[in-house]
Amino acid sequence: MSIAAEDIILSTSGLTKEFGGFTAVNGVDLNVRRGSIHALIGPNGAGKTTCFNLLTKFLPPTKGLIVYNGRDITREKPAEIARLGLVRSFQISAVFPQLSVLKNVRIALQRKRGDSFDFWRSEEVLSGLDGEAMRLVEAVGLGSFAKLPAVELSYGRKRALEIATTLALDPEMMLLDEPMAGMGREDVERIEALIRKVSENRTILMVEHNLSVVASLSDRITVLARGQILAEGDYATVSKDPRVIEAYIGSGGGHAH
Amino acid sequence: MTELASTEAPAASVVAETDDSTARLHRTLFIAIAALLVVAPFVAYPVFVMKVLCFALFALAFNLLLGYGGLLSFGHAAYFGMASYVSAYTAKHWGLTPELAILAGTAIAGLLGALFGSLAIRRQGIYFAMITLALAQMVFFFSLQTPRFTGGEDGIQAVPRGKLFGLVSLADDRALYWLVAAIFMGGLLLIYRIIHSPFGEVCKAIRDNEPRAISLGYRANQYKLAVFVLSATLAGLAGATKAIVFQLASLTDVHWSMSGEVVLMTLVGGLGTVFGPIAGALVIVAMQNYLATLGAWVTVVQGVIFVLCVLLFREGIVGVIAKAIKKPL
Ligand SMILES: Nc1ncnc2c1ncn2[C@@H]1O[C@H](COP(=O)(O)OP(=O)(O)O)[C@@H](O)[C@H]1O
Ligand SMILES: [Mg+2]
Repeated sequence: MSIAAEDIILSTSGLTKEFGGFTAVNGVDLNVRRGSIHALIGPNGAGKTTCFNLLTKFLPPTKGLIVYNGRDITREKPAEIARLGLVRSFQISAVFPQLSVLKNVRIALQRKRGDSFDFWRSEEVLSGLDGEAMRLVEAVGLGSFAKLPAVELSYGRKRALEIATTLALDPEMMLLDEPMAGMGREDVERIEALIRKVSENRTILMVEHNLSVVASLSDRITVLARGQILAEGDYATVSKDPRVIEAYIGSGGGHAH
Repeated sequence: MTELASTEAPAASVVAETDDSTARLHRTLFIAIAALLVVAPFVAYPVFVMKVLCFALFALAFNLLLGYGGLLSFGHAAYFGMASYVSAYTAKHWGLTPELAILAGTAIAGLLGALFGSLAIRRQGIYFAMITLALAQMVFFFSLQTPRFTGGEDGIQAVPRGKLFGLVSLADDRALYWLVAAIFMGGLLLIYRIIHSPFGEVCKAIRDNEPRAISLGYRANQYKLAVFVLSATLAGLAGATKAIVFQLASLTDVHWSMSGEVVLMTLVGGLGTVFGPIAGALVIVAMQNYLATLGAWVTVVQGVIFVLCVLLFREGIVGVIAKAIKKPL
């Protein structure tokens, strides 16, 4: 790699994950530049979500190394990864269904207190976080749903809530797995603008099928197919790459716009 | 979504309002429960009411774990029963005053909860439940095999009720009743506080979606262990108090059917509701008392009620009411 080491916030070398005999992620060398929006794209089953699970330690890698901020995190636990400032969202929308929308976000803000083992204290000590939680809820357009249990939100709105929750931790680096799946056009625009806004002082690695969003947002794109890196570069380079076109067409990739 | 955006400003105050009205409703209910506790010994047999209170506290402790921690224990009799033995033993053989005997039983239950909890939380779902059951069965066989401590098949009988703080005799049912009522009310308020604490918020989040809570940086296993220990301790408080009330600790207290009964009470009353376990305990204990003449058939009737509950109103008694008035209870 020609990029200077200090510019790289997250890098993997030879990252590999086998399920039984099947290799879902195969020798991936990924380098994410600090402060960039980096997109990870590829047909369904390419191994994108598995990559996210490896990076955030929800799965142990079979082989390979993960370095975050110059620190080997290959063997860390998932909660510790979050504490280092590397926070993910999930492809299957991950909210706390029985908590209200506001409390979904507040639970993330509560992390600022450190651990919350104080069972003898009233939750009123948390009400100081309500204002900030509300601002985040409004930023993703859910202001009028604040008191609703998250389970009652539509799919697209759950995705929006998840982004607000992730943002509440003010992470140094965000991993977003298909943040706009299931959203209407209006919401896609809102979230796209939000991602652009919050990317100003952080790094974002995202999986997204909406290629126009990928084209307009990302500084760099890595294309994954069958667990391996197929191509890398900016949108213009990658979209012209014949191997990429073939991988998308070969998989019936109806996502290309 | 955009046209709704203009209503965003008042939304925050709506949140505060509903939370306030729920809190007011709960406060009213607490006052009503306290008032009921005051009149109860004058309109019902104090021993019956004390039995209800002990089991209600047990069910409240169990519900804290399942309803708010999302952890299903099939072995809560271990904490209830072991505390009952320790409380009875220390009161009878060491001559501890009742409050100290109850404290000793409660403390042992907490320690046992810490030990068993740390083993069980390594597994999820049904495996977790199975481990708690297996560990509780070990406690049962331990109790069966150590008659010098537990009295074996006879149990520890004729436990002295003693004098509270060495001063007030509890021989009279009425006198003992006020102690039990105070313990129950204290336990209820503590559990309510736990559920509505910063810790409780994290527990509910883990219950709802553990991977997501972990991805936010919460060390889920530590919270699960903490709520397990709290639940075991409070179950122990119920068992230790029960031993003093009935002046008896026996194998029934550590038997798996006791673990089953507390599940039943919680589900009948309303899982994950604050007040449900109290209603569930009242229904089950009353049924056992009034149907006692049926002998073994009580179990069958209980089973039928359980099945009906699950089929007809899965939310339990209090759960159904909460749904009707659209407020958490
Ligand atoms: N836990 C698992 N066990 C076995 N196979 C898995 C597991 N998770 C993912 N896979 C397989 O790995 C491949 C990559 O999946 P995934 O990472 O979800 O793809 P993508 O997110 O790119 O659509 C798929 O073939 C999938 O079936
Ligand atoms: Mg995926």
